Amino acid sequence: MNDPVDSFMNFDLISRYPGLVKKDQRTGYSGYIVEADCLVQFARAVRDELGFDYLSMITAADYYPDDLMDVIYLLYRTTGGPGILFKVQVSRLDSKVPSLSSIFAGAELQEREVWDMYGISFEDHPDLRRILLWDGFEGHPLRKDWKEPLFEEDSKPYKDRWPAGKHKRQEDLNPFKNNVSYPIGFEPEHFSSNNEKALYDALNKTSGNLNGSLKTDQIIVNLGPQHPSTHGVFRMAALLEGETIIDLKPVMGYLHRSHEKIGERNTFLQNMPYTDRLDYISSMSNNFGYALAVEKLMAVTPPERAEYIRVIMAELTRISSHIMTTGFLLNELGAMFTPSLYALEERELILDIFEEVSGSRMMCNYFRFGGVVRDISDSVIEKIRKLVFNRLPRKIDELDRYLTHNEIVRLRTEGVGVLTADEAAAYSAGGPLLRASGVPYDVRKAEPYSIYDRFKFDVAVRYHGDIYDRYLVRLDEMRQSIRIIQQAIHDIPSGPVMTGKSQYQPKVPAGEAYGRVEGPKGELGFYIVSDGKQNPRRYHVRAPSFINLTALSEMSKGEKVADVIAILGSIDIILGEVDR
Amino acid sequence: MDGSGIIRGLLIPLKHFFVTYIDDLKWLGKKYFKPEGISLRSSAETRGIFTVQYPEEKLPVPEEFRFIPFLVYDEGQDGSRQIRCTACGICTKVCPPQCIWIERHNDAETGRPVSTPVSYTIDIDLCMNCGFCAEFCPFDAIRMDHDYELANTNRYEHDVLQLEELLKPASYYASIRPENYTREEVRKAEKLASKTIKTTEMDTANPN
Repeated sequence: MNDPVDSFMNFDLISRYPGLVKKDQRTGYSGYIVEADCLVQFARAVRDELGFDYLSMITAADYYPDDLMDVIYLLYRTTGGPGILFKVQVSRLDSKVPSLSSIFAGAELQEREVWDMYGISFEDHPDLRRILLWDGFEGHPLRKDWKEPLFEEDSKPYKDRWPAGKHKRQEDLNPFKNNVSYPIGFEPEHFSSNNEKALYDALNKTSGNLNGSLKTDQIIVNLGPQHPSTHGVFRMAALLEGETIIDLKPVMGYLHRSHEKIGERNTFLQNMPYTDRLDYISSMSNNFGYALAVEKLMAVTPPERAEYIRVIMAELTRISSHIMTTGFLLNELGAMFTPSLYALEERELILDIFEEVSGSRMMCNYFRFGGVVRDISDSVIEKIRKLVFNRLPRKIDELDRYLTHNEIVRLRTEGVGVLTADEAAAYSAGGPLLRASGVPYDVRKAEPYSIYDRFKFDVAVRYHGDIYDRYLVRLDEMRQSIRIIQQAIHDIPSGPVMTGKSQYQPKVPAGEAYGRVEGPKGELGFYIVSDGKQNPRRYHVRAPSFINLTALSEMSKGEKVADVIAILGSIDIILGEVDR
Repeated sequence: MDGSGIIRGLLIPLKHFFVTYIDDLKWLGKKYFKPEGISLRSSAETRGIFTVQYPEEKLPVPEEFRFIPFLVYDEGQDGSRQIRCTACGICTKVCPPQCIWIERHNDAETGRPVSTPVSYTIDIDLCMNCGFCAEFCPFDAIRMDHDYELANTNRYEHDVLQLEELLKPASYYASIRPENYTREEVRKAEKLASKTIKTTEMDTANPN
């Protein structure tokens, strides 16, 4: 990562905070190391004076057995360009960092995640509770010395598989009821959670006195976790006055499957099929982000043809994801299944292409470090050509004619769930959610990766920040994606699709890297720390669905209960990515 | 807001409704339960209804489609089986969910490892169908299958596949993946040819 502060401005952060800020000089690392005492001032200066107004990511990394944990912050400008990375180093025994949630509202959920996974407490955080794990959970699992009840080994491949492989079922080794570990003295039968109370207490009960002199009781309504509109297992605790929402808190983690912990035990390549399962309807994009991050560390670039194939696949993914979201948004509004099934028809055709090139419709596992698995045949290119030059533009226009001027759709969506441009950037919203609020921030233009700088396309942007605009932005984006694929199909060169030979244990030099792509849901990033071994030391996913949910509460305040369903639909969350 | 948007919008489902029946009439019964009808319904030219009525109708899977792995063996002239797997262990090392177990034995006399697996186990409850084992196998010995109908009533009995259940002949592999099979055979033949040339060259260079 090159340093934007040095290269673009004569602004010396190091001499401004003498002794408190220094360069990160470990090999393969970049950015600054900031003392915890001046973190808040530093972040404020970086935001207000240098213009880094978009908090992209907060995460941590554990350097066990050293007594050291890094808390990592990554900021970008919404006007584009490279980001600024800074870290706070804390002790593993007594880890406290001031919270940035007063400066960046988007820090709230991410800091809770770091607390949950690493036990780093954020001082002055408004609501520091566990987020992905339940409150009776023992320990902080992403710490390197944490081990689950059936612990095999620290890293794959496991030694008992070969050459003396004897198969044993996991459930025989670790029967039900023994597969959790409790703190000493913990009685699961008598455990009563105080998390529920903390959750309800955290709701802001200041009423706007909505009904004038008429006194209305406030009640708490839980939408979910089992609710058909939540696209999975997701819960919203809403405080209502009448039918109006006073405050709302998302509750998640029901689909948590330790993606990052598994990722740190896998070898680099083994993570590739796991990324498919994050946002399981856009696996090609996930592959793309992860491949970019590891390629940065390995310093390889894919050959030309592979770059074109990657772009075509990523844009097809965007179309399939957006068309599905558009269809299912109408489900949320009560137009049961006709629009969503029209959307699914087109998605089927795109998935047929994925199946033909990668072997699987949804779990593509198609990208490798330095290329893609296999070349695409001329018949596949012909299929894609038929889709993007004929069928898809027609069908998107049809969907547009069908829904855009529909009065019911407009009444339900215009002016509902409004997020202003400033709020959207402050809440670290990404993708269509951010662009519908009038911030033309698209990673493909802001910091072009792969070969996106070669294509002519526009960043779709709308300015009202309501559900209707998010829907329109998605329609526009699909059309732009079609434009990109048309150009790519026209220009695609012949040649190899892999740099060198695909290796099953690639050598990844030590260091850190952050690879990001504009996924269908927003900025999808992978933060990888390698220490030169075959497994990553740190594997973090900057999940756009998860971070977009930070703004849900703000969007829902003052709206009716029924609208919250539509607002949630317009964010377009995939629980596989939210809970990881 | 006079409702005209709704009415104009609703003409589209109406169109879909009529197109479905007109298209059915045009194909006169050939659209359903016939291979050409099924391939029509999964192509970009299709109009009207998309649904494939599984299990009566089945979509053909593309060659690269991957499901649970199997082990390939060559059939000798006398009907003997030559298992391609040499128990090198690359598939166990690359497998992301670590669902492959291989047992290898050493020769009792020489003490060197025997190049066939004593046992080979795949727990298909764990397998994530990623295809890495097939991709990185240096002996073309493990390949991904096309058979996706594996439902059963007892996973303890059926879902841990042993060597015997995993073995399938090369002719089966050639039938599900003709292009891949031909490519690999050509590559093998070339390799063999270059080897023979090298040995003959060496023989001519050193007649002793």
